[in-house]
Amino acid sequence: MSVINRRRALAGASSLLLAPVAPLARASAQTLAIASFPSFDDAVKAAVPLYRKVAPNVTLRLSSLAYADHHAAMVTALATGAGLPDVIGIEHAYLGRLIDSGGLEDLSKPPYDGLSFRGRIVPFAFAQASRRDGALSAIPADLGPGSLFYRQDILAKAGVTEAQLTASWESFVEAGKQIKARTGTMLVPNANTLLRVITRSDVPAGEGIYFDRNDKPLLNTPRFEKAFTVAREVRKHQLDGKFTRFTNEWAEGFKRGTYATEMAGAWLGGHLATYLAPNTKGLWRVSHLPAGAFAAWGGSFYGIPRRLPEERKRLAWEFIRFMTTNREMQLAAFKNLDAYPALIEAARDPFAEQPIEFFGGQKARLLWREAAARISPLEVNRLDPIAEEVSEKELDLVLESGKDIKRALADAQRQVERRVRR
Amino acid sequence: MNASALSPGAPGAPGALRPRRRWLSRRWAPYVFVSPFFILFAAFGLYPLLFSGVVSLFRWDAAAGLAAMEWEGLGNYAYVLQLGDLELTQVFTAAFWQDLVTRDFWRALWNTLWIGVVAGLPQHLIAIPLAVFIHTRVGRLRNPLLAIYFLPFITNIVAIALVFEALFSPNFGMINAVLTTLGNWQLGGVAPLSAIFPTEPVDWNRPDKVPWVVAFVVWWRYVGWNVVLYLAALQTLPRDIFEAARVDGISAWQQFRHLTLPLLRPMMFFAVTLTLIGSLQLFEEPYVLTRTTGGTGQVAETSAMYLLKTAMTDGDFGTASAIAWLLFALVALLTWVNHRVFKPKD
Repeated sequence: MSVINRRRALAGASSLLLAPVAPLARASAQTLAIASFPSFDDAVKAAVPLYRKVAPNVTLRLSSLAYADHHAAMVTALATGAGLPDVIGIEHAYLGRLIDSGGLEDLSKPPYDGLSFRGRIVPFAFAQASRRDGALSAIPADLGPGSLFYRQDILAKAGVTEAQLTASWESFVEAGKQIKARTGTMLVPNANTLLRVITRSDVPAGEGIYFDRNDKPLLNTPRFEKAFTVAREVRKHQLDGKFTRFTNEWAEGFKRGTYATEMAGAWLGGHLATYLAPNTKGLWRVSHLPAGAFAAWGGSFYGIPRRLPEERKRLAWEFIRFMTTNREMQLAAFKNLDAYPALIEAARDPFAEQPIEFFGGQKARLLWREAAARISPLEVNRLDPIAEEVSEKELDLVLESGKDIKRALADAQRQVERRVRR
Repeated sequence: MNASALSPGAPGAPGALRPRRRWLSRRWAPYVFVSPFFILFAAFGLYPLLFSGVVSLFRWDAAAGLAAMEWEGLGNYAYVLQLGDLELTQVFTAAFWQDLVTRDFWRALWNTLWIGVVAGLPQHLIAIPLAVFIHTRVGRLRNPLLAIYFLPFITNIVAIALVFEALFSPNFGMINAVLTTLGNWQLGGVAPLSAIFPTEPVDWNRPDKVPWVVAFVVWWRYVGWNVVLYLAALQTLPRDIFEAARVDGISAWQQFRHLTLPLLRPMMFFAVTLTLIGSLQLFEEPYVLTRTTGGTGQVAETSAMYLLKTAMTDGDFGTASAIAWLLFALVALLTWVNHRVFKPKD
């Protein structure tokens, strides 16, 4: 279904869905400014007809910029207090930075009742939006529970089973070699994906991916060494094609069946079915990540700038409440935009039990639901983007230039220590 | 006609010659008329400039607001330059320079200068003869031809990046398709061209290739611009000198060498200055072509990209401002050197 058709369907459904919700009647017409980024902004676009029924006097004004530009603009807006929107859409990668800046309103304190959402929202996402001092800076709207997408037909041709693929990282690589030898197909688009998955698994409680509680970088640890080693194995046996995500090449590879698997958030299912590879309908299946790993790919949040006038904040909060805890809204985004809901009751809807035609009738949403429940909360740190960039670049040197892993990790640790000197 | 029928302003009416009261005196009017430029320049030019100078002396994560600024003095400059543990006595050894370019700022600067020279020099070496050729040999087709050369300059960089990405794509790209087809071309059971052309797809994303690809795109984009500049200069050169030279039997090469080139000197100064400044500020092409990363080992990360990364990824606006001022100093220095080289001889 095209985006426009989906929106139309959503608009049509809204009249039925929102009947039980009491309208928030307001005396005068008001405009609520929301700043967001693609494709998270689709949820706001979809909310326009729905929210009109809840708050007829509020007009939603969405301004949307490209992913990196949006977050850069928000940093500037929070710095200067100029051009602040009422509601800020935040992607997980920038969450730590914006939370730690102190520029966002604490939603755990009155007049907000953010803490009352605790049991209703997937725990790991809720924990990510919280600061160490207990402040709640944002509310999760959607998440990307990670899973392994694989081509059933290619596996069958190579004589590889799902169990072989997922038992351990070693068996994953072995299965990849077998697939390559028997079918000529690559295992994954890019070996660097493994860095993301493996470093997010087995993180000790209270630690982040890259930093401990005292902001000490954790790049020179066995977790990163394992990730670098597995990725190097994949590259060494030419099981990947160095494809960069969201490039035309990457998309083309799905259409042509260049790779047998890809690891990503649940959102990849929607992307595959709609534009990446609709021609491969019925050939894909979904499983949990290899080696019992549970990781999230992104996730989106809403926050309110601290410097707004009180009245705007109240208006913004009503909207965030609606977007994150209104079951109908969350379900509408789940059904029509493939945004996996942060609201547990929306994920428990019978809709989640429906078979997905694109995955050959597999009930993939149940698998994502389980994954979402099992992802452990990770501490986010405002310095995460630095460590992420450095670790990716050092891995790139290992894969491309044959740099020694121990040296690469030591260099990564040193570079991060230097750059986070503040 | 009686007096009451006269309108107040009509000739002969009482007070008709009294000048209208000016809302703006003659003395201040010129200043008011030129003020819009100065107001806009002060707000959007001078203020940010001075503000970045001040910020470069502070530690500041912009997301935390203006109140979060902490005095740092010249610490940001020292942090960027990373000269603390360098053995300055070893400055004439290769090891010194190898060590220097492993440091973020210097590596970015080296990349910037490298791409600047590899992309910039050929722009002029090709644009000058090309402009002379178009000026002397091309008649009616001159303007359409010029438009074609100029087209890359006015094309959106994102569109350019997408096209070049598709062309240089290692797996499905057209350049690799052509090269490997030639390399694998069979003639009597052997591939005669395999010595010249690759038989396997070339990985253009390798760190040894990325700077060349970026430099090529930069060259391709700006060569037309320089052709237009030189052609404009050529059209203003006095014809009588060239006619006199022809009468004296001077060859075309000698005319080019001893007349055209010296007369183009002022334009060369201008064009080279623009290339110099543009090269030192190079951002768009490497940024989009390497998908913001600068490539493996940051081989194509320019100073401007490093500046942006420091501000946006590290959240360190103070250091980013210090980098901007260091780059400004460098641009000023090189422009001065350029002026010394090309300045008109008395």
